Amino acid sequence: MQVTSSVREPLITGGKTLKDVTHDISRQVEGKPSMGWLLGLLVAVGALGLGFIALWLTLWEGIGMWGLNKTVGWAWDITNFVWWVGIGHAGTLISAVLLLFRQKWRMAINRAAEAMTIFAVICAAMFPIIHMGRPWLGAYWALPLPNTFGSLWVNFNSPLLWDVFAISTYFAVSLVFWYIGLIPDFATIRDRATGIRKSVYGALAFGWDGAAKTWSRYESVALILAGLATPLVLSVHTIVSFDFATSVIPGWHTTIFPPYFVAGAIFSGFAMVLTLMIVTRKVFKLEDYITIGHIELMNIVIIITGSIVGIAYITEFFIAWYSGVAAEQYAFMNRMFGPYWWAYWSMMTCNVISPQLFWFKKIRTSIVLTFILSLVVNIGMWFERFVIIVTSLHRDYLPSSWAMFYPTIYDVGVYLFTFGLFFTCFLLFAKFFPVVNMAEIKSIIKSTSEKVNK
Amino acid sequence: MERDKNFILGVYDDEDLLLEAITKVRKSGVKIHEVYSPFPVHGIDDVLGYKRSRLPIAAFLFGMLGTILALVMQFYMMKIDWPMIIGGKDYAAFPAFIPVTFELTVLLAAFGMVGVFMVSSNLKPWGQPRIFDVRITDDKHVMAIDLATNASIGENNIAEVLKVSGATEVNKKSFE
Repeated sequence: MQVTSSVREPLITGGKTLKDVTHDISRQVEGKPSMGWLLGLLVAVGALGLGFIALWLTLWEGIGMWGLNKTVGWAWDITNFVWWVGIGHAGTLISAVLLLFRQKWRMAINRAAEAMTIFAVICAAMFPIIHMGRPWLGAYWALPLPNTFGSLWVNFNSPLLWDVFAISTYFAVSLVFWYIGLIPDFATIRDRATGIRKSVYGALAFGWDGAAKTWSRYESVALILAGLATPLVLSVHTIVSFDFATSVIPGWHTTIFPPYFVAGAIFSGFAMVLTLMIVTRKVFKLEDYITIGHIELMNIVIIITGSIVGIAYITEFFIAWYSGVAAEQYAFMNRMFGPYWWAYWSMMTCNVISPQLFWFKKIRTSIVLTFILSLVVNIGMWFERFVIIVTSLHRDYLPSSWAMFYPTIYDVGVYLFTFGLFFTCFLLFAKFFPVVNMAEIKSIIKSTSEKVNK
Repeated sequence: MERDKNFILGVYDDEDLLLEAITKVRKSGVKIHEVYSPFPVHGIDDVLGYKRSRLPIAAFLFGMLGTILALVMQFYMMKIDWPMIIGGKDYAAFPAFIPVTFELTVLLAAFGMVGVFMVSSNLKPWGQPRIFDVRITDDKHVMAIDLATNASIGENNIAEVLKVSGATEVNKKSFE
């Protein structure tokens, strides 16, 4: 018998039994899609289609369709890349780090958060590949293939190549972690279904039998995967930050980047999890599983990581002054008061000030305000990457090459394409896959459901 | 009687009761074939007498393989096959090789371990599991007892032991 504290709020409300859990989660998969879901899918596929026109024209005509110029060679696309990768981090943090810390509240949200990770990483990976100009060649230029393929070996001294390895490993390991967790739940759906659905979910369930021996191995695998995914997730955004930190561009060349980027990634990732979860719990009626308590805990993570990010901004500014390097000092003054001042102050407002509102319990337990603030944080984190990338580049070493970056409709269109892709994938996941990990929820129903505690 | 064909099943509703029941059944001398549950029950390996999984060892070995492969690959490409000075560094700029080495270590450890798990637990897309009771993926725990291995005890006695241990139902199941 697990010992539970009577002071702790139950994680699952509504007096659910094991059978209720199976029913509540499987019914989404088995029933007809709701109007809300269909409408959402229509919007997502619409965005995907519209964005595809921009993507197609970019590929057909070349990168010249974007607003990039000789001075600002990285801008909108790399901003999107870092933004999407950052969002992905929350899924692994919830499923792996919170597993290692035995945080049981992760169980209601880890499945959907991991799905979000996978889709976000797919969206992220598209940008560097499109940016190569000829993605059909670029895709293999990044691989360590022999010189006879037309180029030399890839350069293992380059953080851009480290990124190729980091992102692909991250994607592959997250996918496996996610799928292993899905197998027992697919088996549940298989055993409830008949006909074609039974064979489809039967294949997806990989012949799961629920034996104690299999469960024991499964738990072992989950624990080791969590142990592997934890340093992995930290390494991924560390390496993404190396793309900037190892170059000699004022504003990029700082040692604070790895922890600062990782904190920012978790910050934006949790905001995206909240955005998605608040909608998902409403549409799929999961209020008993994803409770206000869950939302509050995620908001607390947002306060912490948001404060770390805020301190990082101030530290960067201080170090630029303290270093005595004129170029660094100029880069930061230019961020604040230069032509992109509006981007800097949007970032500061959204990322540093807005999450501090969560110190008020009324705000962090309010669904509407949490939803709004989660969007604000997502916007702020996009601006953070834009500010770092564009303000550092647009003032080149030679004042004669100073330039501005303005996005074209194609920049925006390709971003729209990834939004369409992300939400199409997420909606399909939410309909055809069990959105909450039933097996894990069942394992805590006895110790932390309302029925037992009250 | 042939082994692994005819079973008597005890159905349990509660995981804590199940753990006690397993101990009771084992004490009475009945050999348990396997226990099937809808979720991982903590402590079930101990009461069933299962050894700890050796999958962490597999993960470690595959991880080591990843480390070695990554280092050999990078040293070969950068130092032996086509040496080039990049950024004024040594051909074999070891610190620069660490990120890729780390990533490949994690990749191979994860995939190797999951591969071993799939093989050892017989998980494959075309796998057809023997389902003792469909409710084991829903809300019931099922203890399966092979009649052949416990032939000396007798079917009625086994059923009695299961009932006394707290089984809510006792069923029979045969496979071809």
